[in-house]
Amino acid sequence: MSAASHGGDGGERRDFLVITAGAFVGVGAVGLVWPFVDQMNPSADVLALSSTEVDISGIEPGQSVTISWRGKPVFVRRRTEAEIEAAVSVDMDDLPDPQSDLERHKDGKAEWLVVLGICTHLGCVPLGFAGEYDGWFCPCHGSHYDTSGRIRKGPAPANLEVPEYEFLTDTQIKIG
Amino acid sequence: MSFQTDNKLIKWFDDRLPLVSVMHHTFVQHPYPRNLNVAYQFGSILGVMLTLQIVTGIVLAMHYTAHTSLAFDSVEHIMRDVNYGWLLRYMHANGASMFFIAVYLHMFRGLYYGSYKAPREMIWMIGVVILLVMMATGFMGYVLPWGQMSFWGATVITNLFSALPVVGDPIVTWLWGGFAVDNPTLNRFFSLHYLLPFVIFGLVFLHLVALHQKGSTNPLGIEIKGPADYISFHPYFTVKDFFGFAAFGVLFAIFVFWFPNYLGHPDNYIPADPLVTPAHIVPEWYFLPFYAILRSVPDKLLGVLAMFAAIGVLFILPWLDRSRVRSAAFRPQYKWFFWIFALDCIVLGYAGSQPAEGNMLVISRIATIYYFVHFIFLMPVLGWFERPKPLPTSISEAVLAGKASTSAGENA
Repeated sequence: MSAASHGGDGGERRDFLVITAGAFVGVGAVGLVWPFVDQMNPSADVLALSSTEVDISGIEPGQSVTISWRGKPVFVRRRTEAEIEAAVSVDMDDLPDPQSDLERHKDGKAEWLVVLGICTHLGCVPLGFAGEYDGWFCPCHGSHYDTSGRIRKGPAPANLEVPEYEFLTDTQIKIG
Repeated sequence: MSFQTDNKLIKWFDDRLPLVSVMHHTFVQHPYPRNLNVAYQFGSILGVMLTLQIVTGIVLAMHYTAHTSLAFDSVEHIMRDVNYGWLLRYMHANGASMFFIAVYLHMFRGLYYGSYKAPREMIWMIGVVILLVMMATGFMGYVLPWGQMSFWGATVITNLFSALPVVGDPIVTWLWGGFAVDNPTLNRFFSLHYLLPFVIFGLVFLHLVALHQKGSTNPLGIEIKGPADYISFHPYFTVKDFFGFAAFGVLFAIFVFWFPNYLGHPDNYIPADPLVTPAHIVPEWYFLPFYAILRSVPDKLLGVLAMFAAIGVLFILPWLDRSRVRSAAFRPQYKWFFWIFALDCIVLGYAGSQPAEGNMLVISRIATIYYFVHFIFLMPVLGWFERPKPLPTSISEAVLAGKASTSAGENA
């Protein structure tokens, strides 16, 4: 407050002090609340649960195994020729969440499908080899997934998620 | 009228802390309309149920362990080893169901007799908040035994928030404290399940302050006009309420002692398994109508919004209803729509308990649409088109004249 703005009763100076003090109290309050909010987010040990390696040599075509990764089920399914054909031949316009089968498996590994076993609707575990498309069927609210794990019918908005994974060898994959 | 005593000690105390006179005012002398019927029992029954849930809950917490590897066994320990543990747990579990039975009847009473209308909007709105907190408490309590239904119920309900765009997934992770429902989730649910009943207790206090500010409604829906219209709470309504406790207590005891698991689900006696979803997930019966609304909408986000809107619409009900007449006894059309609405809620509840496919899906969609039509269309429109029956001039006149002049009011 310079000499130019003195109004006699100090009103402007008082307003400035009230607004500044109020702003700092507000910032301080938010800063104090944040630890109480953030403590509910995943803790360091939960975040540290990283990757899982799976031996897939025992899985026959037409079989699927369920493994646990970060507390979630992951389906590793070895698809038959007919199942792959069914997944490839779908018209993209029929898909609520369009994705080609090629985008859902590793190059040259069309028979191996790896997806999170969590229905994208409300998180139930879908049943394998079930539903109208013989992929997965979620018993909770009736979502049907095809042999590529794509949503075809029902309330789920998206395809089964493909987690980050890689082939270490032809019979070994690492998820995460 | 006000509190009088000759006891010097009580006078000294009450002069410094007016506890005795406030209690006297609330539970002895407060005037209530003389014509309250059986539909007005449930408020006091709810007070008893809340107290019972808190008391049984506190002692159960002395034996329960909130950890994923121990929770299920600790509940079985309560059932088999703890002295009277089976009784305390069955009282608590069935008490939750009784609590919801009473609260739904209490709300239907409010809908029938127009208890939500001016000047009692605050009583009603606080009541809706109590319902929401009760639902959160009941849901988290059901998770604690860590059975299959606990786990998958928790998974489905917390996943509701993932429907929100952008912030959905971070919120769900934040609620879980991880990447799935797990030990951090169980721990925080236990903490909040212990806290929320006391929040409800505080809200009930506000509910009662608002009630005593404007006084109770009554089956005739007209205000108290003179001393002939009301009687004091004690002894007239204390004795009526105690009769209600006894009758409701019989119902409660039948469930606790003969059908303790009837309202539960057998799958919850299977320990939680994060890799296997039970074939048919259903929430507890008191969530079924809302669950049916959720499932009847084919879109995930809209389904979640419809479910929350089903409760949200209750908040604005006092302004949706355009009729100046409170009691359905004098509203010939609304009376019918009230019963159709009650039936609609039962249909929704049944649809929610069945797999969402085929005819049941169609039925639940029709029932969902009707639920909202009732509030958003029928309530405002009826107020304009309905021709209410003439209201009696006072409560005492109507009551003392007998059935001749107020047959509608008595039939209600």
